[in-house]
Amino acid sequence: MSADLHDLGFLEVAEALTQKRASSEELTMALLARSEELESKLNSLTWFNREAVLAEARAADAARAAGDNRPYLGVPIAIKDLLNVKGQPCTAGSRILKGYVAPYDATVIARLRAAGCVFVSRTNTDEFAMGGSTETSAYGTTRNPWDTDRVPGGSSGGSAAAVAARLAPAALASDTGGSIRQPAAFCGVTGLKPTYGRVSRYGCTAFASSLDQIGPIARSVEDATAVYQVIAGLDPHDSTTAARPVDDCLPNVRAARDLKGLKLGLPKEYFVDGLHPEVEQLTRAAVAQCRALGAEIVDVELPHSKYGIACYYVLAPAEASANLARYDGVRYGFRAEAEDLQEMYEQTRAQGFGAEVKRRVILGTYVLSSGFHDAYYLRAQKVRTLIRRDFDRVFARCDAILGPVTPSPAFRVGEKTADPVQMYLGDIFTANVNLAGICGLSVPCGFTTGGLPAGLHIIGPAFADARILQIGAAYQHATEWHKQQPKI
Amino acid sequence: MAMRFSENADRMDVRYVAGLARIALSDAEAARLQGQLDDILAFVGELKKLDVSGVEVTDVATEAQNAWRADVPIAGLEREATLANAPLARHGQFVVPKVIE
Repeated sequence: MSADLHDLGFLEVAEALTQKRASSEELTMALLARSEELESKLNSLTWFNREAVLAEARAADAARAAGDNRPYLGVPIAIKDLLNVKGQPCTAGSRILKGYVAPYDATVIARLRAAGCVFVSRTNTDEFAMGGSTETSAYGTTRNPWDTDRVPGGSSGGSAAAVAARLAPAALASDTGGSIRQPAAFCGVTGLKPTYGRVSRYGCTAFASSLDQIGPIARSVEDATAVYQVIAGLDPHDSTTAARPVDDCLPNVRAARDLKGLKLGLPKEYFVDGLHPEVEQLTRAAVAQCRALGAEIVDVELPHSKYGIACYYVLAPAEASANLARYDGVRYGFRAEAEDLQEMYEQTRAQGFGAEVKRRVILGTYVLSSGFHDAYYLRAQKVRTLIRRDFDRVFARCDAILGPVTPSPAFRVGEKTADPVQMYLGDIFTANVNLAGICGLSVPCGFTTGGLPAGLHIIGPAFADARILQIGAAYQHATEWHKQQPKI
Repeated sequence: MAMRFSENADRMDVRYVAGLARIALSDAEAARLQGQLDDILAFVGELKKLDVSGVEVTDVATEAQNAWRADVPIAGLEREATLANAPLARHGQFVVPKVIE
């Protein structure tokens, strides 16, 4: 086997293991060696433990030698440091969870474990997934593998950077307002935000429960599909998961070659002032490619798009303020020394939370408080309905929507930290998808003249995850953007 | 307790709200947050321009409905593993600062 085991994608690794061209131990060692080599430049990982991970890999090899032929047995995968893996730390990028060791597996982890995957490393995230750059992580900023002066996006910037830099063949991530798709676009990899209710969040550190969804970041749509297929489905531990069956869509995704018979909508609201000209040009070229593959492209309108970020920044902080009430210094993590209980709560949270989390918890507390609830929270819930109806109208006549993932390519570290509203506007094309509960896919669609990746956003109606994956796969079959590698 | 929000609805009393959220703030932090939260509230104030009369609320966007599980006991987390994460635990329980004199 060549020295470049780390270059293999998720399904390529599975094939190499099945055909006994490599062992899980060799693959895992290659990834750990590469992580040790590159992490001083990237800081994409918050944890990896050579001995513990190699023991898992050796156990997978032993099982395979004994006749276990599960297709993903021994395949390494990185996990966002927001998801509980039994026996591993889970910091959520926060100082308040420093030292916490997960006492159980998240459902997505239990499913990957049952499939035989090896949890090779944990990836950096903005604190409690609140951010678009990993700059709010208590464990340092992750750097973009394409330009280490720039951010990888966020909040799943660690997962996207690690997959782009070949530290893992794929990673799990989470997306509340764009946290899978935006970093995938910034790092030139593929990211899926599944439909709300498609993937269980049990064991995922909660941020905004009506918006959070877990999904894969990978180096191709096929690989993302393979991971999605394992983690999707009904879970009694998450009452929002849908009872609908999860069809095996991998064969259709692998066979996708054209877009004949599909009608794809192009919202005029997604091509407005403020969209970076090169990102616009790359997105329009990708749309032209979809037309060349046989899709009919039609102009559509999503008139309430411009209210999405304001709506999101009422609802998400409101839900966060409730979810983060659990960090009280009593049951887990950090506790500040104090004389009485009240002071202990206030000092634990003052010292344990970073600036962005405090900002959002205070904002969320305000919009839910007596006297302001109706003006902000209730009104935002109604605007959410208007945004959802916009999508319903478009999907009545279109199979999917195309657009940019981000308004700009990756920005410089520190460029937006002083101005929260500017940072929040980075979610302008992605947050509406979470508000509507529908699915979205980011696929690489080219590079700016400065060598920074851009992403094509493929948005589908609820539970049309397989359809957008097929569209993305057909696009990737015709293009080479997803095969480009950063030189680090 | 009387509400002590400032009269201008778009300018919150940051210290008061932080108290509700159980977060102690330094003076410098409170000053910085005041400016940032003023900006954010001005930004989300855009929502007031929309006519939402007669529009129903969306709390969860998809088809999810209240889910029931069978009324049978299931195992919770193991006590020892759970308490192992506590900053302070004794006699199988979480320990907090004394609240009764």
